[in-house]
Amino acid sequence: MISNKNIAPPPVINIKNVYKSFRELEVLKGISLSVFKGENMAILGKSGSGKSVLIKMMIGLLQPDKGEVFVLNQEVKNLQGKELDALRLRIGFSFQNSALYDSMNVFQNLAFPLIMNHKNLSKAEVRHAVEEALVAVGLESKELQMPADLSGGQRKRIGIARTLILKPEIMLYDEPTSGLDPVTSSEINALIMNVQKVYQTSSVIITHDLTCAKNTCNRIAMLIDGSFLKVGTFEEVFNQQTDLISPFYNYNFIQ
Amino acid sequence: MLVKQNKPYVINKKIDSYFDGVYHAFKFVKRFFTEVIRPPFHFQEVINQSYEIGIKSLSLITLTGFIVGMVFTKQSRPSLEDFGATSWLPSLIGIAIVRALAALVTALICAGKVGSSIGAELGSMKVTEQIDAMEVSAINPFKYLVVTRVLATSLTIPILALYCSFVGLLGSYVNVNGSESSSLTMFYKNAFSDISFLDIFASVVKSIFYGFTIGMVGCYKGYYATQGTRGVGKAANEAVVLSMFLIFVEEIIIVQVSNWIRLY
Repeated sequence: MISNKNIAPPPVINIKNVYKSFRELEVLKGISLSVFKGENMAILGKSGSGKSVLIKMMIGLLQPDKGEVFVLNQEVKNLQGKELDALRLRIGFSFQNSALYDSMNVFQNLAFPLIMNHKNLSKAEVRHAVEEALVAVGLESKELQMPADLSGGQRKRIGIARTLILKPEIMLYDEPTSGLDPVTSSEINALIMNVQKVYQTSSVIITHDLTCAKNTCNRIAMLIDGSFLKVGTFEEVFNQQTDLISPFYNYNFIQ
Repeated sequence: MLVKQNKPYVINKKIDSYFDGVYHAFKFVKRFFTEVIRPPFHFQEVINQSYEIGIKSLSLITLTGFIVGMVFTKQSRPSLEDFGATSWLPSLIGIAIVRALAALVTALICAGKVGSSIGAELGSMKVTEQIDAMEVSAINPFKYLVVTRVLATSLTIPILALYCSFVGLLGSYVNVNGSESSSLTMFYKNAFSDISFLDIFASVVKSIFYGFTIGMVGCYKGYYATQGTRGVGKAANEAVVLSMFLIFVEEIIIVQVSNWIRLY
């Protein structure tokens, strides 16, 4: 568990009274949350509780029906075109299924966002950046492999490397350990910690893996039925267990 | 009262959703014209896609064009023989292939082969969040995926149609030469004797429309694919069916317009 003694404002992500519905289904019901600079925040909740919807709002893939989402002091809803792109370049998004480009090998996957956003870079500079990102995730020997030839854990790492290549200030992880065995999950947890240390990022980690949340995050927000039931350190959230929280704890640490 | 996300339906659910779909598709086409003139331009990707489309369809177009030319000649011969007009065969085949068949056959083959491939590729990228991954990396996926593919189909299919005309006439020549020996040069000269610049121009223009339709429909269906792998198959299938339908509609309109121009 990480100490949260040195965490200080200002918040890099500030969510204020956000509502989101899909047709008749109300997913988020007026939630508010702040993530501070240098902090790792886990958002826990059951499948379908709106965790991924929330993280997608932070990067402008979805818009709230009501409420405000501020990221790096900019309201995401008000940004369009180049302004939104500029914000997105400061945020790394690691997808649940990695979302690697199937038609490109690992090198091309990593080089693609760099080339498209920094057209003046030389080939040598691109190669250096790709190699640096691959070293950061410990997969320097895989640059010529296609995504289909990689294991689940390797795909997650390459997905993270692809975001690191743009040197983000905030990392958003959508289920970083889902579908992985415990050993690979702990390697991904270590990688998340290492990314925070080396790249000085603030992170939001969407997960239902309590081990991941406990080992990587300063604070945890428990999202139940579209509202935050509890927000605090791991101990604060799980020391006083309720009927809604204890099934989570029991499944992860007892079963 | 029927409601749509807490709003009443204008007519009813089915008709409203049909017009919603048409409006959505219209916005997609409008976005293409907005994005195509706005930098950055991905010329290399247009070339890559054009190469892919051309190479993918070349063998099938060669085979189909050749067979269409040969069979059409074989079927037309008895009717012309009845009137003692077999000497008009190259000219008849030339008009049929250059004015109508080559462009249509090429478009239908490409709708099946290229349209489905674009629909499936983009559909698969959509359901595996690869399109979202581009967006969060500040890359405009519409520009990189849709604009490049639509430009590639619009540029490549007219070239393939001209090639199909050439191969179709070659197939016709093989049949003509089997019945009465004639030189290839003489055959092509006769075939083009009644073809005007307008015929070739109209054929190229309608191929551009067909190419645009195939690219646009494939991209639209793929870009908005849902429901996982089932949605990918559905996108590919709908891309083919809708492209073919629109190609026939365009064929009727363009034939009417070119005939009208020919008259005046």
